[in-house]
Amino acid sequence: MTGAFSGAGWVAIVFIFLIFLFTFKETAPVLDWHTMKAFFLARPPIWQPTSDIPKLSMIPIILGTLKATVVGLLFACPVGVAAALFSSEFAHPKLREVIKPVIELLAGIPSVVMGFFALIILATWLQDAFGFVYRLNAINAGLALGFALVPIVYTISEDGLAAVPRSYREASYALGASRLQTATKVVLPAAAPAVFASFVLAFGRAIGETMILLMAGGNAAITSMSLLDPLRTLSATIAAEMGEVVVGGEHYGALFFMGTLLFVITFISNTLGQWVIQSMKGRMQGAAS
Amino acid sequence: MKAPAKQLSDRIAVGALGLSVVVIVAILLVIIGNIAIHGARTVTWEFITQPPRDGLMAGGIFPAIVGTAALVILMSVAAVPLGVATAIYLHEYTPAEGYSLAWRRFRLSKGRAGRKRLFFRAMSALLANVTRSAVANLAGVPSIVFGLFGLGFFIQFIGRAIDRATQPPGEVVWGQGSLLWAAMTLALLTLPTVIVATEEALRTIPQDLREASLALGATQWETIRRVVLPGALPGILTGAILGISRGAGEVAPILFTGAAYYLPFLPHRVTDQFMHLGYHVLILSTQSPDVEATKPLLYGTVFVLLALTFLLNLTGVILRARTHSRR
Repeated sequence: MTGAFSGAGWVAIVFIFLIFLFTFKETAPVLDWHTMKAFFLARPPIWQPTSDIPKLSMIPIILGTLKATVVGLLFACPVGVAAALFSSEFAHPKLREVIKPVIELLAGIPSVVMGFFALIILATWLQDAFGFVYRLNAINAGLALGFALVPIVYTISEDGLAAVPRSYREASYALGASRLQTATKVVLPAAAPAVFASFVLAFGRAIGETMILLMAGGNAAITSMSLLDPLRTLSATIAAEMGEVVVGGEHYGALFFMGTLLFVITFISNTLGQWVIQSMKGRMQGAAS
Repeated sequence: MKAPAKQLSDRIAVGALGLSVVVIVAILLVIIGNIAIHGARTVTWEFITQPPRDGLMAGGIFPAIVGTAALVILMSVAAVPLGVATAIYLHEYTPAEGYSLAWRRFRLSKGRAGRKRLFFRAMSALLANVTRSAVANLAGVPSIVFGLFGLGFFIQFIGRAIDRATQPPGEVVWGQGSLLWAAMTLALLTLPTVIVATEEALRTIPQDLREASLALGATQWETIRRVVLPGALPGILTGAILGISRGAGEVAPILFTGAAYYLPFLPHRVTDQFMHLGYHVLILSTQSPDVEATKPLLYGTVFVLLALTFLLNLTGVILRARTHSRR
């Protein structure tokens, strides 16, 4: 029996390896100096893969990805951490029991539904309220992305805050600190690694999120620093163009290159996030005993 | 010990923290409320049981419901047994003391009997560590990359190979997007959720029970099957359901692995393409010739998709709450 079960254990290892292998295999043909120059150094930076002379600059798309990610994180990080701090340090246990399922329901909303919400409802509201020139822009897409990131930031930060030993709080109270002082100057710093990890993992999710950005980003690959312009992300480009691309061509390779880029970035951010959480857990257990 | 009395400035700051919770609740209520109010009007018996008509401008979503159900069932059949088996391996068959301790024990055992066993124990702990981090990383791979992988591995590599072996030259049956390959891609995506939740459930079974069973002469497999699994079943079920509900809502991985824009027939074989609720939402909201006219259909489809995932989610959450309170 042991053999059968350890075989199952190997599946995860084998597939994570295969995922890298197969995305990399399709990417390899474009990994040369000439193509990389076209991807990153072409002037002007334009993404027009199907024009007569294909222009394959990744710059507008990477910029779009970063814009959406930054807006999403700017919303989700403060809200998620504040909510986690509130529910772990101040909320009545009964209230805490309500907050948890709410967060889980929010996390359970499929990203295509969040994309629909941003595209059909939120974009109109924001345009009516702020008079945006473009209905679909980085603010709208990033905000919807932020809604999807809040549960990640909240859950991981809250876990970290809850892992801070009681003795820390009691020592702080004994020194005459108030609950707020204890929460912000003792518990939060002690849980800082978990909070940091929650940001890193939320970043990984934001970079790779597809449906929300595909639907609510406006799908315009333009090189612009403005948050009020429509945008297009790496993930949305893959989703929109993979269906019609000629297999094996330069465009195909470029799309797989984007996939590899996403895989590598998320792999690094996930490994970093997990490692920070693990090392903090070890330290907290040491401190508690 | 009780904290010192609250100051006004403290109250304001705590209120600000509490406000963030209010914001989160408000977001959830606005999204669900909006979809429920507009969607419920469209969802009639006809909407659920009729196929789309007039180029997706009218009619219902029956084929998309059937396609989603078939996909979810196939996916679960692949992901749940594999995920549970992996978790059992990780929790029951690998050394509980962890890699660093196991390795130290092996190093300190120089010249003593049973050294080989300690080495294997350390290696097994190392493998468990690697598996755990592979699972964690698998959970973080973007869903669109799963889609690329499904296309590159399942369709182009495995599917084409099956075609070469079983079909006359030029015939493509397996080497194209289908229910099977989409389900396999999704199964991979839900695997980490199932593994993590199952391991969590196994952890709640007290070590004493295992030791009592082994002391009575049961083998390890008998202990797992008769003692551990029955106790952990509700937790495993919860994990499976939560994983499935995540898979049911994912669209990015099935974009190029088998989801179809419109099909006049229902899928009959695993090699058929299929319609899907989430993909239908994408099509209706981005490629409709007249967005205003198809809005009721769109809202109805979103409503059904959301109801499906929430129902699965809610079952999981309630099941978990009940098992927790029983302990």
